[in-house]
Amino acid sequence: MYNMTSIRVYADKIYALWLREVKVFFREKSRLVASTFTPLLWLFVIGSGFSSSTSVATHLDYQKFIFPGIICMSVVFSSVFFGSYIIWDRKFDFLKSVMVAPVSRSTIFTGKTFGGMTNSLIQVSILLVVGLIIGVQFSPLALIQTVVIVLLLSFALTSLGLTLGSYMTSLEGFQMIISFVVFPLFFLSGALFPIDKLPQWLSILTTVDPVTYAVDALRNIILGIGSHSLGLDLIILLLYSCVLGALGTYSFKRMKAV
Amino acid sequence: MIRINNLTKRYEKLTAVDNLSLNIEQSEVFGLLGINGAGKTTVIHMLSTLLKPTSGSATVNGFDIQKEPEKVRSSIGIVFQVPSSDDLLTGYENLQIHAMLYGVDPDMREKRIKDALELVGLTERKDDQVKKYSGGMRRRLEIARGLIHSPKVLFLDEPTLGLDPSSRETMWKYIQQLVKQEKLTIILTTHYMEEADMLCNRIGIMDKGKIIALDTPTNLKLMLGGDIVKLKLKKQDSDISILKDLQCVKKIELLDGYVILGVDDAKKNIPEILKHVEAESVESSSPTLSDVFLKLTGKNIKEQAEGGFMERYVQYDKH
Repeated sequence: MYNMTSIRVYADKIYALWLREVKVFFREKSRLVASTFTPLLWLFVIGSGFSSSTSVATHLDYQKFIFPGIICMSVVFSSVFFGSYIIWDRKFDFLKSVMVAPVSRSTIFTGKTFGGMTNSLIQVSILLVVGLIIGVQFSPLALIQTVVIVLLLSFALTSLGLTLGSYMTSLEGFQMIISFVVFPLFFLSGALFPIDKLPQWLSILTTVDPVTYAVDALRNIILGIGSHSLGLDLIILLLYSCVLGALGTYSFKRMKAV
Repeated sequence: MIRINNLTKRYEKLTAVDNLSLNIEQSEVFGLLGINGAGKTTVIHMLSTLLKPTSGSATVNGFDIQKEPEKVRSSIGIVFQVPSSDDLLTGYENLQIHAMLYGVDPDMREKRIKDALELVGLTERKDDQVKKYSGGMRRRLEIARGLIHSPKVLFLDEPTLGLDPSSRETMWKYIQQLVKQEKLTIILTTHYMEEADMLCNRIGIMDKGKIIALDTPTNLKLMLGGDIVKLKLKKQDSDISILKDLQCVKKIELLDGYVILGVDDAKKNIPEILKHVEAESVESSSPTLSDVFLKLTGKNIKEQAEGGFMERYVQYDKH
Protein backbone atom coordinates (compact mmCIF):
# COMPACT_ATOMS: atom_id res chain seq x y z
CA MET A 1 0.00 0.00 0.00
CA TYR A 2 2.84 2.40 0.77
CA ASN A 3 3.87 3.35 -2.72
CA MET A 4 5.77 6.48 -3.66
CA THR A 5 2.65 8.53 -4.27
CA SER A 6 1.14 7.95 -0.87
CA ILE A 7 4.46 8.72 0.82
CA ARG A 8 4.73 11.94 -1.18
CA VAL A 9 1.17 12.93 -0.29
CA TYR A 10 1.89 12.24 3.38
CA ALA A 11 5.11 14.28 3.25
CA ASP A 12 3.18 17.12 1.57
CA LYS A 13 0.65 17.16 4.38
CA ILE A 14 3.32 17.36 7.06
CA TYR A 15 5.13 20.01 5.02
CA ALA A 16 1.93 22.05 4.65
CA LEU A 17 1.28 22.01 8.40
CA TRP A 18 4.91 22.87 9.11
CA LEU A 19 5.00 25.64 6.51
CA ARG A 20 1.99 27.32 8.07
CA GLU A 21 3.61 27.33 11.51
CA VAL A 22 6.89 28.73 10.25
CA LYS A 23 5.21 31.47 8.22
CA VAL A 24 3.02 32.46 11.14
CA PHE A 25 6.08 32.43 13.41
CA PHE A 26 7.90 34.97 11.27
CA ARG A 27 4.83 37.14 10.79
CA GLU A 28 3.84 37.43 14.42
CA LYS A 29 6.47 40.08 14.99
CA SER A 30 5.56 40.88 18.57
CA ARG A 31 5.69 37.24 19.61
CA LEU A 32 9.02 36.77 17.88
CA VAL A 33 10.60 39.87 19.42
CA ALA A 34 9.28 39.12 22.91
CA SER A 35 10.38 35.52 22.92
CA THR A 36 13.87 36.46 21.80
CA PHE A 37 14.18 39.40 24.13
CA THR A 38 13.22 37.62 27.38
CA PRO A 39 16.13 35.13 27.42
CA LEU A 40 18.55 37.93 26.59
CA LEU A 41 17.21 39.92 29.52
CA TRP A 42 17.87 36.97 31.80
CA LEU A 43 21.29 36.34 30.38
CA PHE A 44 22.48 39.91 30.70
CA VAL A 45 20.61 41.25 33.72
CA ILE A 46 20.46 38.19 35.96
CA GLY A 47 23.71 36.86 34.54
CA SER A 48 25.67 40.05 35.08
CA GLY A 49 23.89 41.03 38.28
CA PHE A 50 24.60 37.76 40.05
CA SER A 51 28.09 37.37 38.66
CA SER A 52 29.40 39.84 41.22
CA SER A 53 27.64 38.45 44.28
CA THR A 54 27.15 34.72 43.78
CA SER A 55 29.88 32.19 44.25
CA VAL A 56 28.77 29.35 42.09
CA ALA A 57 30.69 26.19 42.80
CA THR A 58 32.63 26.44 39.57
CA HIS A 59 35.48 28.45 38.26
CA LEU A 60 33.23 30.00 35.60
CA ASP A 61 31.62 33.36 35.75
CA TYR A 62 27.90 33.20 36.42
CA GLN A 63 26.85 34.54 33.07
CA LYS A 64 28.59 31.72 31.24
CA PHE A 65 27.35 29.24 33.81
CA ILE A 66 23.70 30.06 33.14
CA PHE A 67 24.13 30.25 29.38
CA PRO A 68 23.04 26.60 28.80
CA GLY A 69 20.16 27.19 31.20
CA ILE A 70 19.06 30.25 29.23
CA ILE A 71 19.09 28.24 26.00
CA CYS A 72 16.81 25.71 27.68
CA MET A 73 14.65 28.50 29.03
CA SER A 74 14.12 29.77 25.53
CA VAL A 75 13.16 26.26 24.43
CA VAL A 76 10.80 25.78 27.40
CA PHE A 77 8.98 29.03 26.75
CA SER A 78 8.76 28.75 22.99
CA SER A 79 7.78 25.06 22.95
CA VAL A 80 5.14 25.05 25.66
CA PHE A 81 3.64 28.29 24.37
CA PHE A 82 3.70 27.03 20.83
CA GLY A 83 1.88 23.87 21.83
CA SER A 84 -0.77 25.58 23.86
CA TYR A 85 -1.30 28.03 21.02
CA ILE A 86 -3.66 25.50 19.50
CA ILE A 87 -6.24 27.03 21.82
CA TRP A 88 -6.08 30.03 19.48
CA ASP A 89 -6.19 27.86 16.39
CA ARG A 90 -9.28 26.34 17.86
CA LYS A 91 -10.81 29.66 18.78
CA PHE A 92 -10.32 31.05 15.29
CA ASP A 93 -11.52 27.81 13.73
CA PHE A 94 -8.34 27.24 11.77
CA LEU A 95 -7.93 23.89 13.50
CA LYS A 96 -11.44 22.91 12.44
CA SER A 97 -10.55 23.53 8.82
CA VAL A 98 -7.52 21.26 9.22
CA MET A 99 -9.49 18.56 11.00
CA VAL A 100 -12.08 18.47 8.24
CA ALA A 101 -9.32 17.80 5.69
CA PRO A 102 -8.34 14.19 4.98
CA VAL A 103 -5.44 14.40 7.42
CA SER A 104 -5.15 12.04 10.38
CA ARG A 105 -4.84 13.43 13.86
CA SER A 106 -1.39 11.94 14.31
CA THR A 107 -0.28 13.70 11.12
CA ILE A 108 -1.60 17.00 12.44
CA PHE A 109 0.27 16.34 15.67
CA THR A 110 3.50 15.57 13.82
CA GLY A 111 3.24 18.66 11.63
CA LYS A 112 2.64 20.81 14.68
CA THR A 113 5.58 19.42 16.66
CA PHE A 114 7.88 19.92 13.66
CA GLY A 115 6.71 23.51 13.59
CA GLY A 116 7.41 23.92 17.31
CA MET A 117 10.85 22.38 16.99
CA THR A 118 11.73 24.70 14.11
CA ASN A 119 10.63 27.72 16.09
CA SER A 120 12.77 26.70 19.05
CA LEU A 121 15.75 26.05 16.85
CA ILE A 122 15.52 29.50 15.28
CA GLN A 123 15.43 31.16 18.68
CA VAL A 124 18.28 29.06 19.98
CA SER A 125 20.36 29.97 16.92
CA ILE A 126 20.02 33.63 17.86
CA LEU A 127 21.14 32.83 21.41
CA LEU A 128 24.12 30.83 20.19
CA VAL A 129 25.31 33.86 18.23
CA VAL A 130 24.90 35.94 21.38
CA GLY A 131 26.90 33.25 23.22
CA LEU A 132 29.79 33.70 20.82
CA ILE A 133 29.71 37.42 21.57
CA ILE A 134 29.96 36.90 25.32
CA GLY A 135 32.81 34.47 24.79
CA VAL A 136 31.26 31.00 24.89
CA GLN A 137 33.21 28.76 22.54
CA PHE A 138 32.01 25.71 20.77
CA SER A 139 33.40 23.08 18.47
CA PRO A 140 31.38 21.93 15.42
CA LEU A 141 30.67 18.69 17.29
CA ALA A 142 29.37 20.61 20.29
CA LEU A 143 27.14 22.59 17.97
CA ILE A 144 25.63 19.43 16.48
CA GLN A 145 25.15 17.93 19.94
CA THR A 146 23.48 21.13 21.12
CA VAL A 147 21.07 21.04 18.19
CA VAL A 148 20.16 17.43 18.98
CA ILE A 149 19.46 18.20 22.65
CA VAL A 150 17.46 21.32 21.74
CA LEU A 151 15.35 19.36 19.24
CA LEU A 152 14.68 16.58 21.74
CA LEU A 153 13.69 18.96 24.52
CA SER A 154 11.59 20.98 22.13
CA PHE A 155 9.81 17.88 20.85
CA ALA A 156 9.00 16.76 24.40
CA LEU A 157 7.76 20.16 25.52
CA THR A 158 5.83 20.99 22.35
CA SER A 159 4.08 17.66 22.86
CA LEU A 160 3.35 18.65 26.44
CA GLY A 161 1.98 22.02 25.32
CA LEU A 162 -0.15 20.43 22.60
CA THR A 163 -1.47 17.89 25.11
CA LEU A 164 -2.47 20.60 27.56
CA GLY A 165 -3.88 22.77 24.79
CA SER A 166 -5.99 19.95 23.40
CA TYR A 167 -7.85 19.66 26.69
CA MET A 168 -8.42 23.37 27.17
CA THR A 169 -11.24 25.30 25.65
CA SER A 170 -10.72 28.80 26.98
CA LEU A 171 -7.87 31.23 26.73
CA GLU A 172 -7.88 31.65 30.50
CA GLY A 173 -6.17 28.27 30.72
CA PHE A 174 -3.16 29.92 29.13
CA GLN A 175 -2.31 31.82 32.30
CA MET A 176 -2.51 28.58 34.27
CA ILE A 177 0.00 26.98 31.94
CA ILE A 178 2.45 29.85 32.45
CA SER A 179 2.20 29.70 36.24
CA PHE A 180 1.96 25.97 36.78
CA VAL A 181 3.93 24.51 33.90
CA VAL A 182 6.33 26.92 32.23
CA PHE A 183 7.81 28.62 35.29
CA PRO A 184 8.18 25.45 37.40
CA LEU A 185 9.79 23.60 34.47
CA PHE A 186 12.30 26.39 34.11
CA PHE A 187 13.04 27.21 37.75
CA LEU A 188 13.30 23.59 38.90
CA SER A 189 15.67 22.63 36.11
CA GLY A 190 18.77 24.01 37.72
CA ALA A 191 19.09 26.43 34.83
CA LEU A 192 20.13 29.13 37.28
CA PHE A 193 21.97 27.11 39.94
CA PRO A 194 24.00 23.92 40.28
CA ILE A 195 21.83 20.98 41.30
CA ASP A 196 24.42 19.05 43.30
CA LYS A 197 23.89 20.45 46.77
CA LEU A 198 20.18 21.16 46.94
CA PRO A 199 17.87 20.46 49.90
CA GLN A 200 16.13 17.12 49.46
CA TRP A 201 12.64 18.39 48.59
CA LEU A 202 14.05 20.55 45.83
CA SER A 203 16.34 17.81 44.67
CA ILE A 204 13.37 15.49 44.12
CA LEU A 205 11.59 18.07 42.02
CA THR A 206 14.61 18.79 39.86
CA THR A 207 15.02 15.05 39.28
CA VAL A 208 11.50 14.81 37.85
CA ASP A 209 11.85 17.87 35.63
CA PRO A 210 12.86 16.85 32.08
CA VAL A 211 14.45 20.24 31.52
CA THR A 212 17.06 19.39 34.19
CA TYR A 213 18.58 16.83 31.86
CA ALA A 214 18.67 19.17 28.89
CA VAL A 215 20.39 21.85 31.00
CA ASP A 216 22.84 19.28 32.31
CA ALA A 217 23.49 17.92 28.82
CA LEU A 218 24.18 21.38 27.44
CA ARG A 219 26.50 22.15 30.35
CA ASN A 220 28.35 18.96 29.53
CA ILE A 221 28.54 19.90 25.88
CA ILE A 222 29.25 23.61 26.07
CA LEU A 223 31.04 24.10 29.38
CA GLY A 224 32.37 20.63 30.04
CA ILE A 225 30.76 20.44 33.46
CA GLY A 226 27.71 18.40 34.45
CA SER A 227 26.08 16.48 37.26
CA HIS A 228 25.22 13.45 35.12
CA SER A 229 26.93 11.93 32.14
CA LEU A 230 25.85 13.15 28.72
CA GLY A 231 24.68 9.62 27.89
CA LEU A 232 22.33 9.47 30.86
CA ASP A 233 20.94 12.93 30.05
CA LEU A 234 20.29 11.84 26.50
CA ILE A 235 18.54 8.60 27.49
CA ILE A 236 16.25 10.34 29.95
CA LEU A 237 15.40 13.05 27.41
CA LEU A 238 14.60 10.36 24.85
CA LEU A 239 12.32 8.61 27.34
CA TYR A 240 10.49 11.84 28.12
CA SER A 241 10.14 12.54 24.40
CA CYS A 242 8.59 9.15 23.75
CA VAL A 243 6.16 9.38 26.66
CA LEU A 244 5.08 12.96 25.96
CA GLY A 245 4.91 12.34 22.21
CA ALA A 246 2.64 9.34 22.75
CA LEU A 247 0.52 11.27 25.23
CA GLY A 248 0.17 14.13 22.76
CA THR A 249 -0.84 11.85 19.89
CA TYR A 250 -3.41 10.18 22.11
CA SER A 251 -4.79 13.54 23.25
CA PHE A 252 -5.06 14.72 19.66
CA LYS A 253 -6.97 11.63 18.68
CA ARG A 254 -9.57 12.13 21.34
CA MET A 255 -9.80 15.91 20.91
CA LYS A 256 -13.25 17.06 19.85
CA ALA A 257 -13.36 18.90 16.56
CA VAL A 258 -16.36 21.08 17.37
CA MET B 1 -25.02 11.62 -3.29
CA ILE B 2 -26.01 11.92 0.34
CA ARG B 3 -28.15 9.38 2.18
CA ILE B 4 -29.18 10.11 5.73
CA ASN B 5 -30.93 7.46 7.83
CA ASN B 6 -32.46 8.30 11.20
CA LEU B 7 -29.53 10.51 12.06
CA THR B 8 -29.73 11.70 15.66
CA LYS B 9 -27.53 13.86 17.84
CA ARG B 10 -28.48 14.09 21.47
CA TYR B 11 -26.74 16.17 24.09
CA GLU B 12 -27.50 15.73 27.76
CA LYS B 13 -30.82 17.46 27.71
CA LEU B 14 -31.16 18.65 24.17
CA THR B 15 -31.87 16.69 21.03
CA ALA B 16 -30.13 18.79 18.39
CA VAL B 17 -30.99 16.51 15.48
CA ASP B 18 -33.93 14.18 15.83
CA ASN B 19 -34.20 11.06 13.67
CA LEU B 20 -33.41 12.84 10.45
CA SER B 21 -33.77 10.93 7.19
CA LEU B 22 -33.07 12.57 3.86
CA ASN B 23 -31.66 11.86 0.42
CA ILE B 24 -29.85 14.47 -1.59
CA GLU B 25 -29.19 13.78 -5.24
CA GLN B 26 -26.20 14.64 -7.37
CA SER B 27 -25.94 18.22 -8.64
CA GLU B 28 -28.71 19.32 -6.34
CA VAL B 29 -28.51 22.61 -4.48
CA PHE B 30 -30.19 21.71 -1.26
CA GLY B 31 -31.09 24.25 1.39
CA LEU B 32 -31.52 23.60 5.08
CA LEU B 33 -33.61 26.46 6.31
CA GLY B 34 -34.25 27.18 9.96
CA ILE B 35 -33.76 29.58 12.82
CA ASN B 36 -30.62 29.49 14.98
CA GLY B 37 -30.59 26.33 17.05
CA ALA B 38 -32.80 24.35 14.68
CA GLY B 39 -29.98 21.82 14.21
CA LYS B 40 -28.72 22.80 10.75
CA THR B 41 -25.07 23.19 11.69
CA THR B 42 -25.16 19.98 13.74
CA VAL B 43 -26.29 18.13 10.60
CA ILE B 44 -23.41 19.64 8.62
CA HIS B 45 -20.93 18.78 11.36
CA MET B 46 -22.07 15.18 11.42
CA LEU B 47 -22.01 14.82 7.64
CA SER B 48 -18.52 16.31 7.52
CA THR B 49 -17.34 13.80 10.20
CA LEU B 50 -16.49 16.50 12.73
CA LEU B 51 -19.16 15.28 15.12
CA LYS B 52 -20.18 11.72 15.94
CA PRO B 53 -23.91 10.99 15.69
CA THR B 54 -25.63 9.56 18.76
CA SER B 55 -27.46 7.12 16.51
CA GLY B 56 -28.40 6.62 12.89
CA SER B 57 -26.13 6.62 9.86
CA ALA B 58 -25.31 8.54 6.73
CA THR B 59 -23.24 8.18 3.60
CA VAL B 60 -21.63 10.96 1.58
CA ASN B 61 -20.48 10.16 -1.95
CA GLY B 62 -21.05 6.50 -1.08
CA PHE B 63 -18.80 6.54 2.00
CA ASP B 64 -20.09 5.93 5.50
CA ILE B 65 -19.44 8.95 7.72
CA GLN B 66 -18.43 6.80 10.67
CA LYS B 67 -16.60 3.93 8.99
CA GLU B 68 -14.74 5.84 6.29
CA PRO B 69 -14.31 9.38 7.62
CA GLU B 70 -11.15 10.18 5.66
CA LYS B 71 -12.78 9.22 2.37
CA VAL B 72 -15.79 11.36 3.25
CA ARG B 73 -13.47 14.26 4.04
CA SER B 74 -11.68 13.86 0.71
CA SER B 75 -15.05 14.04 -1.05
CA ILE B 76 -16.30 17.23 0.56
CA GLY B 77 -15.48 20.89 0.71
CA ILE B 78 -16.84 22.97 3.53
CA VAL B 79 -17.33 26.63 4.29
CA PHE B 80 -17.85 27.16 7.99
CA GLN B 81 -20.11 29.72 9.58
CA VAL B 82 -17.10 31.58 10.93
CA PRO B 83 -14.32 32.08 8.36
CA SER B 84 -11.45 29.83 9.35
CA SER B 85 -8.61 30.93 7.09
CA ASP B 86 -5.37 31.96 8.70
CA ASP B 87 -5.25 35.74 9.10
CA LEU B 88 -1.49 35.96 8.90
CA LEU B 89 -1.23 34.04 5.66
CA THR B 90 -2.10 35.45 2.26
CA GLY B 91 -5.10 34.21 0.34
CA TYR B 92 -2.78 32.31 -1.97
CA GLU B 93 -0.90 30.68 0.91
CA ASN B 94 -4.12 29.55 2.55
CA LEU B 95 -5.14 27.85 -0.67
CA GLN B 96 -1.68 26.40 -1.22
CA ILE B 97 -1.59 24.84 2.25
CA HIS B 98 -5.05 23.39 1.89
CA ALA B 99 -4.27 22.01 -1.55
CA MET B 100 -1.39 20.12 0.03
CA LEU B 101 -3.50 18.94 2.96
CA TYR B 102 -6.02 17.55 0.50
CA GLY B 103 -3.33 15.82 -1.50
CA VAL B 104 -3.99 17.75 -4.71
CA ASP B 105 -1.55 16.55 -7.37
CA PRO B 106 1.48 18.92 -7.37
CA ASP B 107 1.24 19.35 -11.15
CA MET B 108 -2.38 20.44 -10.83
CA ARG B 109 -1.94 22.58 -7.74
CA GLU B 110 -1.05 25.91 -9.31
CA LYS B 111 -3.83 25.66 -11.86
CA ARG B 112 -6.43 24.70 -9.27
CA ILE B 113 -5.40 27.62 -7.06
CA LYS B 114 -5.49 30.02 -10.00
CA ASP B 115 -8.92 28.81 -11.12
CA ALA B 116 -10.36 28.93 -7.62
CA LEU B 117 -9.09 32.47 -7.06
CA GLU B 118 -10.55 33.54 -10.36
CA LEU B 119 -13.91 31.95 -9.66
CA VAL B 120 -14.32 33.94 -6.45
CA GLY B 121 -12.77 37.10 -7.87
CA LEU B 122 -9.76 37.29 -5.58
CA THR B 123 -6.95 37.00 -8.12
CA GLU B 124 -5.83 40.59 -7.59
CA ARG B 125 -5.74 40.28 -3.82
CA LYS B 126 -4.16 36.85 -3.60
CA ASP B 127 -0.88 38.10 -2.13
CA ASP B 128 -2.48 40.17 0.62
CA GLN B 129 -2.71 38.79 4.13
CA VAL B 130 -6.21 37.64 4.95
CA LYS B 131 -6.42 40.09 7.85
CA LYS B 132 -6.65 42.85 5.25
CA TYR B 133 -9.69 41.23 3.59
CA SER B 134 -13.26 42.41 4.07
CA GLY B 135 -15.87 40.06 5.49
CA GLY B 136 -17.20 39.24 2.03
CA MET B 137 -13.74 38.55 0.64
CA ARG B 138 -12.99 36.19 3.51
CA ARG B 139 -16.11 34.21 2.76
CA ARG B 140 -15.19 34.03 -0.88
CA LEU B 141 -11.72 32.81 0.01
CA GLU B 142 -13.36 30.10 2.12
CA ILE B 143 -15.36 29.02 -0.90
CA ALA B 144 -12.23 28.93 -3.03
CA ARG B 145 -10.58 26.84 -0.33
CA GLY B 146 -13.55 24.52 -0.19
CA LEU B 147 -13.23 23.93 -3.95
CA ILE B 148 -9.48 23.53 -4.21
CA HIS B 149 -9.57 19.73 -4.29
CA SER B 150 -12.54 19.45 -6.70
CA PRO B 151 -14.91 17.98 -4.11
CA LYS B 152 -18.10 16.14 -5.03
CA VAL B 153 -20.09 17.87 -2.32
CA LEU B 154 -19.78 21.41 -1.02
CA PHE B 155 -21.24 22.40 2.34
CA LEU B 156 -21.98 26.06 2.88
CA ASP B 157 -22.88 26.80 6.48
CA GLU B 158 -24.58 30.19 6.58
CA PRO B 159 -22.39 31.56 3.78
CA THR B 160 -23.67 35.11 4.08
CA LEU B 161 -24.14 35.41 7.82
CA GLY B 162 -23.13 38.84 9.02
CA LEU B 163 -22.47 40.26 5.57
CA ASP B 164 -23.91 43.59 4.50
CA PRO B 165 -26.62 43.46 1.82
CA SER B 166 -24.35 44.28 -1.11
CA SER B 167 -21.69 41.73 -0.11
CA ARG B 168 -24.49 39.23 0.30
CA GLU B 169 -25.66 39.83 -3.23
CA THR B 170 -22.11 39.48 -4.53
CA MET B 171 -21.84 36.21 -2.66
CA TRP B 172 -25.07 34.95 -4.22
CA LYS B 173 -23.73 35.84 -7.62
CA TYR B 174 -20.60 33.79 -7.00
CA ILE B 175 -22.55 30.83 -5.66
CA GLN B 176 -24.85 30.87 -8.67
CA GLN B 177 -21.87 31.02 -10.98
CA LEU B 178 -20.39 28.09 -9.12
CA VAL B 179 -23.51 26.04 -9.60
CA LYS B 180 -23.33 26.73 -13.32
CA GLN B 181 -19.63 25.99 -13.76
CA GLU B 182 -18.93 23.06 -11.49
CA LYS B 183 -21.20 20.05 -11.37
CA LEU B 184 -21.34 20.08 -7.62
CA THR B 185 -23.83 18.94 -5.07
CA ILE B 186 -24.29 21.82 -2.66
CA ILE B 187 -25.83 21.74 0.79
CA LEU B 188 -26.45 25.15 2.17
CA THR B 189 -27.76 26.18 5.54
CA THR B 190 -29.27 29.57 6.04
CA HIS B 191 -31.82 31.49 7.99
CA TYR B 192 -32.24 34.03 5.23
CA MET B 193 -35.35 33.01 3.34
CA GLU B 194 -34.54 34.99 0.18
CA GLU B 195 -31.19 33.25 0.06
CA ALA B 196 -32.71 29.79 0.12
CA ASP B 197 -35.34 30.86 -2.39
CA MET B 198 -32.81 32.29 -4.80
CA LEU B 199 -30.17 29.57 -4.66
CA CYS B 200 -31.79 26.23 -3.88
CA ASN B 201 -33.55 23.59 -6.01
CA ARG B 202 -34.99 22.01 -2.94
CA ILE B 203 -35.46 23.15 0.61
CA GLY B 204 -35.84 21.32 3.90
CA ILE B 205 -37.32 23.47 6.60
CA MET B 206 -35.82 22.50 9.95
CA ASP B 207 -37.31 23.10 13.33
CA LYS B 208 -36.21 21.58 16.64
CA GLY B 209 -33.99 19.00 14.96
CA LYS B 210 -36.59 17.78 12.50
CA ILE B 211 -37.33 18.49 8.88
CA ILE B 212 -40.91 19.69 8.90
CA ALA B 213 -41.28 20.42 5.20
CA LEU B 214 -39.33 19.32 2.17
CA ASP B 215 -39.98 20.55 -1.35
CA THR B 216 -38.98 22.95 -4.09
CA PRO B 217 -39.24 26.63 -3.17
CA THR B 218 -42.11 27.02 -5.64
CA ASN B 219 -44.13 24.14 -4.20
CA LEU B 220 -43.51 25.33 -0.67
CA LYS B 221 -44.92 28.70 -1.60
CA LEU B 222 -47.90 27.09 -3.30
CA MET B 223 -48.75 25.52 0.04
CA LEU B 224 -49.97 28.94 1.06
CA GLY B 225 -52.56 29.16 -1.66
CA GLY B 226 -50.78 31.16 -4.34
CA ASP B 227 -50.39 34.90 -4.86
CA ILE B 228 -52.46 37.59 -3.23
CA VAL B 229 -54.42 40.03 -5.38
CA LYS B 230 -56.00 43.06 -3.77
CA LEU B 231 -58.80 44.83 -5.66
CA LYS B 232 -60.63 48.06 -4.98
CA LEU B 233 -63.92 47.85 -6.82
CA LYS B 234 -65.46 50.77 -8.67
CA LYS B 235 -68.81 49.98 -7.23
CA GLN B 236 -68.73 48.73 -3.65
CA ASP B 237 -71.75 46.52 -4.11
CA SER B 238 -70.68 44.83 -7.37
CA ASP B 239 -71.41 41.17 -7.64
CA ILE B 240 -68.20 39.29 -7.07
CA SER B 241 -69.73 35.84 -6.84
CA ILE B 242 -68.65 35.19 -10.43
CA LEU B 243 -65.02 35.25 -9.28
CA LYS B 244 -65.67 32.13 -7.25
CA ASP B 245 -66.19 30.20 -10.44
CA LEU B 246 -62.82 31.16 -11.91
CA GLN B 247 -60.36 28.30 -11.80
CA CYS B 248 -57.42 30.45 -10.83
CA VAL B 249 -59.11 31.97 -7.79
CA LYS B 250 -58.63 29.92 -4.65
CA LYS B 251 -59.91 32.22 -1.96
CA ILE B 252 -62.02 35.35 -1.63
CA GLU B 253 -62.21 37.61 1.38
CA LEU B 254 -63.43 41.13 2.01
CA LEU B 255 -61.57 43.62 4.11
CA ASP B 256 -62.11 47.38 4.56
CA GLY B 257 -63.84 47.72 1.21
CA TYR B 258 -61.15 45.73 -0.59
CA VAL B 259 -61.52 42.31 -2.16
CA ILE B 260 -58.62 40.04 -1.30
CA LEU B 261 -58.11 37.08 -3.61
CA GLY B 262 -55.86 34.07 -3.37
CA VAL B 263 -54.79 33.48 -6.97
CA ASP B 264 -52.56 31.00 -8.80
CA ASP B 265 -49.98 32.83 -10.88
CA ALA B 266 -51.36 36.34 -10.42
CA LYS B 267 -49.33 37.89 -13.23
CA LYS B 268 -50.93 35.69 -15.81
CA ASN B 269 -54.45 35.65 -14.41
CA ILE B 270 -55.11 39.27 -13.39
CA PRO B 271 -56.40 40.22 -16.89
CA GLU B 272 -58.82 37.30 -16.68
CA ILE B 273 -60.07 38.46 -13.31
CA LEU B 274 -60.48 42.00 -14.54
CA LYS B 275 -62.73 40.83 -17.32
CA HIS B 276 -65.31 39.93 -14.70
CA VAL B 277 -65.15 42.85 -12.30
CA GLU B 278 -64.49 46.55 -12.68
CA ALA B 279 -61.71 47.63 -10.40
CA GLU B 280 -60.35 51.04 -9.51
CA SER B 281 -57.00 49.65 -8.44
CA VAL B 282 -55.22 46.30 -8.44
CA GLU B 283 -52.23 45.19 -6.39
CA SER B 284 -50.64 41.79 -6.30
CA SER B 285 -47.94 40.18 -4.20
CA SER B 286 -46.32 36.76 -4.12
CA PRO B 287 -45.83 34.77 -0.94
CA THR B 288 -42.24 34.40 0.17
CA LEU B 289 -40.55 31.57 1.95
CA SER B 290 -40.77 33.73 5.04
CA ASP B 291 -44.50 33.27 4.91
CA VAL B 292 -44.12 29.54 4.51
CA PHE B 293 -41.67 29.45 7.35
CA LEU B 294 -43.87 31.50 9.60
CA LYS B 295 -46.76 29.23 8.88
CA LEU B 296 -44.83 26.02 9.49
CA THR B 297 -42.76 26.92 12.52
CA GLY B 298 -44.82 29.73 13.99
CA LYS B 299 -47.00 29.04 16.97
CA ASN B 300 -50.06 26.91 16.47
CA ILE B 301 -52.31 29.90 16.85
CA LYS B 302 -51.16 31.14 13.48
CA GLU B 303 -51.75 27.81 11.88
CA GLN B 304 -55.24 27.69 13.27
CA ALA B 305 -55.99 31.12 11.87
CA GLU B 306 -57.09 29.81 8.47
CA GLY B 307 -53.65 29.19 7.02
CA GLY B 308 -52.55 32.65 7.91
CA PHE B 309 -54.12 33.95 4.75
CA MET B 310 -55.55 37.12 6.22
CA GLU B 311 -52.52 37.59 8.35
CA ARG B 312 -50.35 37.56 5.30
CA TYR B 313 -52.52 40.14 3.76
CA VAL B 314 -52.27 42.36 6.81
CA GLN B 315 -48.50 41.92 6.70
CA TYR B 316 -48.29 43.00 3.11
CA ASP B 317 -50.47 45.93 3.78
CA LYS B 318 -47.94 47.27 6.22
CA HIS B 319 -45.17 47.30 3.62
